[in-house]
Amino acid sequence: MYLYEIRDILDAEVIAGKSRMNREVDFAFGADLMSDVLAFVNERTVLLTGLTNPQVIRTAEMMDIKAIVYVRGKRPDTASLELAEENGMTIMCTPYTLYTTSGILYNAGLKGIDQLGVVK
Amino acid sequence: MSTGDMVKLNYSVNIEDFAKAGDISSNTKKVLKKLGIPSDITRRAAIVTYEAEMNIIIHSSGGEIIVNIDTAKIEIIARDYGPGIPDIDRAMQKGYSTASDHVRELGFGAGMGLPNMKRCSDGFLIESQKGKGTTVTSTIHIHN
Repeated sequence: MYLYEIRDILDAEVIAGKSRMNREVDFAFGADLMSDVLAFVNERTVLLTGLTNPQVIRTAEMMDIKAIVYVRGKRPDTASLELAEENGMTIMCTPYTLYTTSGILYNAGLKGIDQLGVVK
Repeated sequence: MSTGDMVKLNYSVNIEDFAKAGDISSNTKKVLKKLGIPSDITRRAAIVTYEAEMNIIIHSSGGEIIVNIDTAKIEIIARDYGPGIPDIDRAMQKGYSTASDHVRELGFGAGMGLPNMKRCSDGFLIESQKGKGTTVTSTIHIHN
């Protein structure tokens, strides 16, 4: 799914990386626990989160995640946005909750990461 | 990088320096990219370094991270000055954590750090002495 499609169906505001909306993702992963993001996520995944500190961007950077959607109307702090720009990421904010955001994306055909047995 | 060449990175990690958390792993990742290490290998090394960095910041009295890179492997050594892990088997269990609420609010302390570091490593060793400190050594082979 293209990032511009995600923006449209989530009524999202793009606050960083507006010029990079033609990127495609294969999966979505929703979590406020960055430890879990580090354990389960692959690249080409859009991260859905309500956590707004710079560790979210750092985590995404390590995982080569290029798109983050902040849910529940949350907005990342300035340090996060600077870090996101530095790393060429696209950042969006949606008014929907994590559950609703996930449902909208899943309905539109974006799958989740199913293999949660990846940690040995 | 030609055969026999070696790159050594050495960083000190300060306790509870959450503002800088991730700087070391970010820099390490950039170096690996620049050296032309394959992206999946680079990602695994970045995860190990980031988890190590967070561990030292969260749990220790300070420490250091050393990254040795040659043509065959990346070796990440995370060493801290205490307090040591009383029960390594428990620390290796998924979901076991002694992190504070503050750390959990940052999105960490889920008890996934050490298991995740092991998962991303080809070789993994923890040595810990109560009161003295912990050294975690992760080795990742580079295949081209």
